[in-house]
Amino acid sequence: MLELQHISKTFNPGTVNAKTALRDLSLTLHEGDFVTVIGGNGAGKSTMLNAVAGTFMVDEGKILIDGTDVTHLPEHKRAALIGRVFQDPMMGTAPTMQIEENLALAARRGQRRGLKWGVTNAEREEYHEKLKTLGLGLEDRMTAKVGLLSGGQRQALTLLMASLKRPKLLLLDEHTAALDPTTAAKVLELSDRIVEENGLTAMMITHNMTDAIRHGNRLIMMNEGKIILDIAGEEKKKLTKKDLLERFAALAGVQEETDAVLLS
Amino acid sequence: MNFLIPLCNAMPGAVAQGVVWGIMAIGVYITYRILDVADLTVDGSLATGGAVCVMLIRSGLNPWLALLCAMAAGMLAGFVTGLFHTRCGIPAILSGILTQLALYSVNLRIMESKANQAIGVDKYDLLVSQRYVRAMTLDNPLPLLLVLTAAVIWVLYWFFGTEKGSAIRATGANANMARAQGIDTNANVVLGLMISNGLVALSGALLAQYQGSADVNMGRGGIVIGLAAVIIGEVVFGKLFVNFGLKLLAVSAGAVIYYIVLQIVLQLGLNTNDLKLITALIVALALAVPYWKGKVFHAKAAKKGAKENA
Repeated sequence: MLELQHISKTFNPGTVNAKTALRDLSLTLHEGDFVTVIGGNGAGKSTMLNAVAGTFMVDEGKILIDGTDVTHLPEHKRAALIGRVFQDPMMGTAPTMQIEENLALAARRGQRRGLKWGVTNAEREEYHEKLKTLGLGLEDRMTAKVGLLSGGQRQALTLLMASLKRPKLLLLDEHTAALDPTTAAKVLELSDRIVEENGLTAMMITHNMTDAIRHGNRLIMMNEGKIILDIAGEEKKKLTKKDLLERFAALAGVQEETDAVLLS
Repeated sequence: MNFLIPLCNAMPGAVAQGVVWGIMAIGVYITYRILDVADLTVDGSLATGGAVCVMLIRSGLNPWLALLCAMAAGMLAGFVTGLFHTRCGIPAILSGILTQLALYSVNLRIMESKANQAIGVDKYDLLVSQRYVRAMTLDNPLPLLLVLTAAVIWVLYWFFGTEKGSAIRATGANANMARAQGIDTNANVVLGLMISNGLVALSGALLAQYQGSADVNMGRGGIVIGLAAVIIGEVVFGKLFVNFGLKLLAVSAGAVIYYIVLQIVLQLGLNTNDLKLITALIVALALAVPYWKGKVFHAKAAKKGAKENA
């Protein structure tokens, strides 16, 4: 479904601020994979997701989504294949537009936008039903501006928007990090449900090791722009937090205590 | 009475001027409020609209067609600013300033190297003219100006409700989100700038006919008048008008209010040379008030917090 072939990315090359964020990274995701991604700050997790989404172009390597080479496609063209939820709840929605308008924008992802009316009545009914499943009461506030919603409500809405038009790939970039624990748990649960119901292929970055172990069928760990651990299937199911910390210390070759802080 | 009678006599003219500038202000609203870009092209494209319209009418073209051509010229100016910004990576404000500067030369070329080109209502069949602004006949420019404004608002209301228009609004509201939803934000910024400057040029074309001449300096400070209209409209009608069409109407009404207030101030004996200074100060104040409000609110909250902690 997703194939990253030897991708590299250096920001600000040739300056004192040069930072190599991805080093010869390769990864293959199969249809239906739900991968959680962990790693310390600056490990390249978000950079990898942004490389896939096309926020910037990679310096080297190839990116294929469902067999299509998207390496040189701009962000808005790749969007046809990708659903995204960002860390910042403000980033995934248009605050000055209505809930139904935001959904209607998402429903047209990857389509030509012409002079037809922006939201149709048939769509409104569909959105009403879908919003109901979130259990947040948003179905009764469909013409409210999204800027009035709380962070959790916005992330839930963004999740719905990302899956409204079934994406080939769902990218979740620490989408619960800015939420309080209770809301975060709800949004995670919703993410699980949406991935499962739609049979999506997904990648989720998290700073919470317990979440990384509990969710998905595969876990990868990153360090200094590389994937240093890739666990799937039965092995992942049996994984504990202690295992992860030990393996991280061994693989990254650093002190356990300091990185335990970074990772949890 | 010495004050009121001349004021009443001047009122129709002030209203007509306000309605003409209202179309320009609606153009400013599209960039400033919808695209979230302060586009300074308008100072130049207003004069471009006037110049193109006047020169074409003088060459014998139908005034309606001349209006359309003026709009097209304005859209071209917006297109250039858009390319500067999206294809050359020049900040939006600077892109507008560059186009505006370039347009000064272009406008002089259009006007055959004269800073001013007259177009008499006796010689040509004009759509609107200042001369009949107090006449109770069909020549009065006000009805046509109001119908044109209504048409502009109706078309924009429809357009910004379509898929294409929604994409422009999303681009201005949150470009990151727009791209994630597959919207080409660069193309939409260019399109928004074109629509805006098309309207500004239309306003300039009407203004030139109304005052009987096109002047290379007629757009100077236009952005500030446009912003003043947008802000006055929001302050006066903001709570009342929530619907998009009504918001545009409020902008047009804002321009009318601006010109009425201006007329009153002039009747009170103000020196016309000070006009731009006063306009700039009023707009600066109107933009500063929301910022100050936020600060005062913050200071109060901090004070309250400090008391509770003590």
